[in-house]
Amino acid sequence: MRVGLFVTCLVDLMRPSIGLAALRLLEAGGAEVHVPPAQTCCGQPGYNSGDRAGAKRLAARVVAEFEGCEYLVAPSGSCSGMIRTHYADLFRDEPPMLERAAALAAKTYELTDFLLNVLKLKTVPGALAATVTYHDSCSGLREMDVKGQPRALLARVPGLKLTEMAECETCCGFGGTFAIKFGEISSRLADNKCQHIAASGADAVVLGDLGCMLNIEGRLRRRGDMKTRVLHVAEVLAGAES
Amino acid sequence: MQIASMHFKERAHANMANAELQRNLQKIKGKFVAKRHASLTELDDFEVTREAGRAIRQRALDNLDVWLEIFERNATARGATVLWAETPAEINAHVLDIARRHGARKIIKSKSMVSEESELDRAIEAAGLTVVETDLGEYILQINDYEPPSHIIGPALHKSKEEVADLFAKAHATPRKTEIAELCLEARGVLRQHYLTADMGISGGNFFVAETGSVVIVTNEGNATLTTTLPRVHVAISGIEKIVPTLEDVATLMRLLPRSATGQSISNYVDILTGVKGEGEFHGAEHMYFILVDAGRSGVLAGELREALRCIRCGACMNHCPVYQNIGGHSYGWVYPGPIGSILTPSYIGIENALDLPQASTLCNQCGVVCPVKIPLPDLLRKLREQQFERHLRPWTERVGLRLWSWLASHPRLYALATRISVRVLSWMGGREKLLHRLPLAGGWTGGRDLPAPEGRTFRDLYAARKRK
Repeated sequence: MRVGLFVTCLVDLMRPSIGLAALRLLEAGGAEVHVPPAQTCCGQPGYNSGDRAGAKRLAARVVAEFEGCEYLVAPSGSCSGMIRTHYADLFRDEPPMLERAAALAAKTYELTDFLLNVLKLKTVPGALAATVTYHDSCSGLREMDVKGQPRALLARVPGLKLTEMAECETCCGFGGTFAIKFGEISSRLADNKCQHIAASGADAVVLGDLGCMLNIEGRLRRRGDMKTRVLHVAEVLAGAES
Repeated sequence: MQIASMHFKERAHANMANAELQRNLQKIKGKFVAKRHASLTELDDFEVTREAGRAIRQRALDNLDVWLEIFERNATARGATVLWAETPAEINAHVLDIARRHGARKIIKSKSMVSEESELDRAIEAAGLTVVETDLGEYILQINDYEPPSHIIGPALHKSKEEVADLFAKAHATPRKTEIAELCLEARGVLRQHYLTADMGISGGNFFVAETGSVVIVTNEGNATLTTTLPRVHVAISGIEKIVPTLEDVATLMRLLPRSATGQSISNYVDILTGVKGEGEFHGAEHMYFILVDAGRSGVLAGELREALRCIRCGACMNHCPVYQNIGGHSYGWVYPGPIGSILTPSYIGIENALDLPQASTLCNQCGVVCPVKIPLPDLLRKLREQQFERHLRPWTERVGLRLWSWLASHPRLYALATRISVRVLSWMGGREKLLHRLPLAGGWTGGRDLPAPEGRTFRDLYAARKRK
C-alpha cells in the first residue's frame, strides 16, 4: 500500500518531529510511505484569505505530486480538510483539473482516521504516563469527521488516561491569518480554551493540528503556565524515536 | 440604523473589556445553546427535517419573482394592499403615507429587524407621531434612547436585569423593581394602555405564505397578536426573501425555527394572519398592508451569496459563534450581527463599509453545522474575502504577503533554502525557553501569546538525513 505523506508546511517548519512520528506510525501500520520531496503548502492560507489564484497554484502542485499515490495522509485535519472538501471548489470551472482534484480528495485522509479505519492499527508504539485531554480541531471535526478516532487510538497508549474538558469542540481561536488580523479576539478564544484545559486537571492537551497547537501553547505560556504540555496526537501515539 | 461596522475592532476591544457585558454574554450558552441541543433530540430526524427546510427555502428563492406575484395576488384578493420598498427610505415613506391616510397618531410595533434597517421608529417620531415598541427587548432599548439591538431574537440580550430595573424606574417613574416577574408585570401594565389606544400596528413577518397571502409571526410574548389585531390598521414589513410557497412549508419550517432559536418545540404564540377583518368577524385589522422590502436583497439573489437569503432569522449561527459569544452583537455595527450578519451587512450596506466583518471569523464552521437551512456560512464569508482581495480592499501588506507565500511555495528549492534559514534563526531567537515573545510583523500574534519557536531543522532536511542512514 503506497501512502503519500503530506507533511504540511507548519509541521515542516515548526515541528518536524510530528512528521517523523506520523511516518513511524504509518510504517508501523504496514504502509509503504512515500514523501514527495517537492511538497510545500496545500494553499489554505490563500484560499481562506481570498487569494484564489495563489491557492489554485499550490493546490495544482499538491494534486500533481500525490495523485500517483494510493492515499494521501496528513497529520492535520485542517490541511486534509482543505484537500478533501475544498479542492473541488477551487477547480470548479476547469473540468480536467476538477476530475483529478476530486480523485485526490477521495483518497485523502487525516492521520488518525487513516490509522484506525484503513490501516486498522491494533497496537501503538507510544507510551505516556499522563492524564491528557483532547482538543477537537475545527476542520478535523467538522470537515473530516475526526472525533472518535484519536480517542480510540489514545486509549491504546499504555499509561495514558483521557479526561474530557468542557467545550472540547469549541474553536481555540487560531483560524489561520485570523490569529494575526484579530489578535485580541483570537487570544481571548485561546484563553477560554486554556481555562478549560486547566479545569480538566490534565497534564497535557493532545490535538491533531499544528495551528491550534501553536495557538494554545503560545497562550498557555503567556499565561505563565510552563507545565501543561501541548502534544500532537502523532507524537503521543508514536512515542520517542528509538 | 447608523452604520458602525468599520469600527469593528475598536468595538470588539471595548466589549471584551466590559465586565458587565461579558457576564451578560454568558447567558447565551445556557439560554440558547444548551436548550437548542436538548430540543433537537425530540426530532428523530433532525438532519432530514433540516434538508427539507433547506429545500423549501431554496425553492422559494429559485423562483422568487413568481412566488411574490402569487403572494400579491392572494393577499390582494383578501383585501390587503401589497406595497414594495426598493430602498430602506421607501419603507418609511410607505408607513408614514399609510398613517396619514388613516389618520393614525399612535403606532404600536412588534419586532421587526427590517424596520431597523430604515430606522423606522425615528422617522415616525420625526413626523410628529408616537411609536411604542411592544416586544419587551425592543421596548427596553427604545426607552434607552433607541439603543441598537445586539441580537436578532434577543435584542436586549446584552443587558442584565439590574440595568433593566434602573431603566424602568427612570422611564416609568416607579419604585425600582428587582424581580424579573415584577419587571415584566410593570412593562405589561404600561404596554396594555398603548395597545388599547393605538391607531395602527406594525409587525415584522417571519414568513409570507404565497398560496394564502398570509403573514406568519412567531413570538413568545403574544405582543404581535395584540399589535396586529387591536388597532384598525396593520402593516406587516419584511424582506422579499421571506416568501414560502405553502402553509405546509411553514409547518416544516416551524419544526426548525423555534428549536434552533430558543430551544422550544414551539414558540408560545404563532400568528397566521390572512386578509382584513371580514363581515361578522370579531378579530383583526380593518386595513391590512404588506411592505415587501428589497433594500439589497435582489442584488444578493443575483450574486454568489444567494444562499444567505435562505436565512429564517433563528440566531443559531450567532449563538454558537465563538467570536460572537465573546464580543457581543454591538461589535458588528449594524442590524444583523454574528456570522449571518457578516455576510448580510457588507451585502446590504456595501462591502467597503464593513471590511472587517467577512474576515472576523475563524471559519470554524460551528455556524454552518447548526444552521437549520444549511447556509454554508464559512463558504460565503470566503467568497466575500475573495471579492475584497480582487477589488484590492485589503491592506497591501496582506496582499504582498500572500502573493509572496504562494510564489515561494511553488518554488520548492528556493522554499527549502528560505525555510532552512528562517527556522534556524527563529529557533535561535527562541532561546532556552523555546518561546518567541515578540516578532516583527506578527504583533497581532505576540500581543496576547508567545510563539513556540521552531525546532530548528525542517522536516525535509531531517527526512533526507534519515534516508541517508
